[in-house]
Amino acid sequence: MGYPHEPHPKETLILSKHFGDAGARSYDGWVKCGGYQALKRALAMDPADVIEIVKESGLRGRGGAGFPTGLKWSFMPKERRKPHYLCCNADESEPGTFKDREIMRWTPHALIEGCAIAQHAIQAEVCYIYIRGEFTEPIAIMQAALDEAYREGVLGGNAMGTNRRIDMYIHRGAGAYICGEETALMNSIEGRRGNPRIRPPFPAQQGVFGMPTTINNVETLVSVLPVLNEGAEWYKDLSLGNPKSTGTKLFSVCGHVRKPGNYEVTMGFPLGELVNDLCGGMRDGRTLKACIPGGSSVPILNREETEACLLDYEGCVEQGTMLGSGGVIVFDDSADMVYQIMRLARFYAHESCAQCTQCREGTAWTVRILERILRGEGEMKDLDLLLDLSEQMTGKTICVLSDSCAAPIVSGIKKFRDEFEAYITGAKQPVAALT
Amino acid sequence: MTERQDVVTLTIDGVEVSAPKGMTVLEAAKRAGVVIPHYCYHPGLPVAGVCRMCLVHVENTPKLQIACAIPVADGMVVNPYHDEAVEARRGVLEFLLINHPLDCPICDQAGECELQNYVFREGRARTRYSPTYAKRFNPVEDFGGDILYVPNRCILCTRCVQFMEHVADDPVLNVSDRGDRAFIGIHPGEQLEHAWSGNVVDLCPVGSLISKDFLHKARAWELDKAPGVCTGCSQGCNVVLETLHNTVVRLRPRTNLEVNRFFMCDHGRLDYRWLNRGDRIEAPLVRQDGDLAAVDWHHALERAADIVKGSGGPIVVLASARASNEALFLATRVAGERFVGAFRVERVDGEEPLPGVPNLALRSERAPNVRGATELGYTETFDAAVTALADAAAVIVVDEPLDTVSNAALAKVPSVIYMGTTLPEPARVAQVVLPITNVAEEDGTFVNRDGRVQRYLQAKTGPGMARPAWWVLGELLVELGRGEPLATAGEAFEMLAGAVRAFDGISYDGLGYLGAVLGTAAKAEATA
Ligand SMILES: Cc1cc2nc3c(=O)[nH]c(=O)nc-3n(C[C@H](O)[C@H](O)[C@H](O)COP(=O)(O)O)c2cc1C
Ligand code: SF4
Ligand code: SF4
Ligand code: FES
Repeated sequence: MGYPHEPHPKETLILSKHFGDAGARSYDGWVKCGGYQALKRALAMDPADVIEIVKESGLRGRGGAGFPTGLKWSFMPKERRKPHYLCCNADESEPGTFKDREIMRWTPHALIEGCAIAQHAIQAEVCYIYIRGEFTEPIAIMQAALDEAYREGVLGGNAMGTNRRIDMYIHRGAGAYICGEETALMNSIEGRRGNPRIRPPFPAQQGVFGMPTTINNVETLVSVLPVLNEGAEWYKDLSLGNPKSTGTKLFSVCGHVRKPGNYEVTMGFPLGELVNDLCGGMRDGRTLKACIPGGSSVPILNREETEACLLDYEGCVEQGTMLGSGGVIVFDDSADMVYQIMRLARFYAHESCAQCTQCREGTAWTVRILERILRGEGEMKDLDLLLDLSEQMTGKTICVLSDSCAAPIVSGIKKFRDEFEAYITGAKQPVAALT
Repeated sequence: MTERQDVVTLTIDGVEVSAPKGMTVLEAAKRAGVVIPHYCYHPGLPVAGVCRMCLVHVENTPKLQIACAIPVADGMVVNPYHDEAVEARRGVLEFLLINHPLDCPICDQAGECELQNYVFREGRARTRYSPTYAKRFNPVEDFGGDILYVPNRCILCTRCVQFMEHVADDPVLNVSDRGDRAFIGIHPGEQLEHAWSGNVVDLCPVGSLISKDFLHKARAWELDKAPGVCTGCSQGCNVVLETLHNTVVRLRPRTNLEVNRFFMCDHGRLDYRWLNRGDRIEAPLVRQDGDLAAVDWHHALERAADIVKGSGGPIVVLASARASNEALFLATRVAGERFVGAFRVERVDGEEPLPGVPNLALRSERAPNVRGATELGYTETFDAAVTALADAAAVIVVDEPLDTVSNAALAKVPSVIYMGTTLPEPARVAQVVLPITNVAEEDGTFVNRDGRVQRYLQAKTGPGMARPAWWVLGELLVELGRGEPLATAGEAFEMLAGAVRAFDGISYDGLGYLGAVLGTAAKAEATA
């Protein structure tokens, strides 16, 4: 174990400050790092005031959709007439994303603290931390930290000596990507098949067990700590770019860079700099070809777009993509984009929950077409068909898994059409064995 | 009554409609005469919202919306035929067909298949799915009960799963696996054994869940249909009798929100073969020289009238609780003041409720007209009446099968008029045998256990000279000089309603297809 890279001077270490420091893992260690101060502050405040500060800070969800966190919390009923719940989304299954894992591995108490603050703000006694089952090490670390937090009186019937109850439970996922979608996650916690639910009702009205529920990503919840410790203004001022994107963000960079890993930069940081500078650029003799900046579900950027892209919600939209979860997948000029896109489509075809017709059938059909092209059996009209199917798969289903399958296909054909055509015309050798 | 503010006005396909708040756009569209294509939606099931077939365009909304789930709102403008919506549904249809075997020529659903219907209406003429791609294949599975699952035809609308889980409260079906590998699974070791599970066959919009009983029996378009009432128990579920070449081949539930909603139980559904019995009495018979001989109606009715006129003392009517109100009533008229009426009904232990629908169960009383017989003066004293037959001057049997009656019992009575569909052994002592039609062969009414008077209509022709019991008894009254000929079941009913207080205020035409409850018409008048 140990953290793979030394902090880069251009990083802004707030969430990842203690990554690599095993000492911060324990309760005592966390307290020494200034831990549980934010929770103390929050518990001394009225829940509505906590929500107000988080609103002020401009913090937006880090799970993918970028929804303003304070606003989301404010949707919960003001008075608790029924049990309220918090679900912490630690399912982290989006290909290319591995930031929540590091938060849980290195600073489990930060997550507990963030959850407890959110629970206070939304008046939820119970929080379920839904962790993907393959995360055996993070689960063990989180469980040990939870046990400690109960022992130390952070959690339980007299949480932090306030005579109030704060409980947290870990729920292990069983390996389905779709269970990271918030309503599927709630079904999964209830012991049902992990199918997304149609909305309305929204989780704040009827969530887990039919009760008012808020779902937040791991990184969102730990980002609340600096907001409370340093203040909303301070947090907002961290932003380099658009004022609607505030604070810092962890980017998990993978693919053809010299130094893959998690990098924490302020919102608005240039993507080109992250890839070429912080991550050490491409391997010898290679050049940047493409990049998916927000986890596998967002449109692909070509080289120019990558170099022009600012890493915040608006900057990504400007380049025709999305910030998503911050999983940056980098391709150099050796990458076969047709093959890469086929592999992505296969993932979605495998993971579709099968409820919506377009997604169930469309994801699998696109895989067949892409495989056929790669085998050298494709026709030009297959490209139009792929685009048309993608259109059918976008904006018409219960959740956006279907859209997520379409996004790389549409952007891929638009930006790397020559690679598709090379397989179709025979200019490029077919792939002998499709793995 | 709905308050003014609980009603909203919206426009659907250019038609302005009013609908109560909370109603879905799909239901409101029906009021505008627009059927928005749909698969997973069914008014008897919770909204699943999965098939995405009902996508419509709503003005000032960025995305297409599913009509089955969105509630109506004031001023909403819904366009089901907006280009985007039509294109989206065409897309869904194409997706649904890529793995579909297109085996319509051997599929029982063909002709009443929602996939065929909507593809015909809105689908592409040709698929763009390459013929070189393999289609999903899974073998046919026996789900138990009357049900086969043909997974290759399944569109995964989940209606069947929803029904078993939320309506039958017996969640044995599930969606198994994910992506395009998904299929409907049945829990290991379980079967569709619920008393109401046959409904999944009707609910399935395609030919994926099919009835073993109906398997390859008929093409849907060859069937003639008539509205009826199930005779399986006193619940009185509304049904459709489907016939092929004058043979009942299938019973299906007919929607009546007050009685059975959209459902019927398997006991009732499969209880139809007796309607097709071949051993029927086809001509009136009278005893001549010790034997029963075929005669014409006039001759038989004269003999029957003689018996009624000639006898002093009680006339015992042994009636079936499956006989129509009209027949039961007219039999009391024929017997007049000397009437003693008894019936028998099979009672089993326990009911089989359908938990998702209030007040719906396969009832322990296994006859449709117990309440009607009771209201008309018959008592459930069949065995006592049979034992006391020695005191009777005459017996009129109305459709009672005499299963529990010994040959000797009727032989003790001086005169027996037997009205039935078949001629069981004990009935062979009768002086007069009058062939009647069964419930599928006549019009008439029953009263269900909750006092609902319900009409059933003729679905097939009766054999030979058999006539509805109400007609026969009406003619007998004419022969006795105590009535005018009756032309229809409706006239018989009006006569009944004019004479029997419990039926006050109920008219045959007013019954419509959904019936009316005894006592409510009079009450409504009193409060008016
Ligand atoms: C198919 C799918 C998978 C998702 N997986 C995750 C996930 O693994 N982790 C996560 O935090 N959010 C995931 N999301 C997003 C969640 O639905 C939800 O938006 C998020 O947890 C909300 O938290 P936030 O507001 O703090 O970002 C997923 C969404 C979809 C549609
Ligand atoms: S879009 Fe796909 S994954 Fe999402 S609910 Fe529909 S079928 Fe399931
Ligand atoms: S078997 Fe029929 S009802 Fe069930 S999911 Fe398939 S198509 Fe729908
Ligand atoms: S009928 Fe509306 S989604 Fe299926």
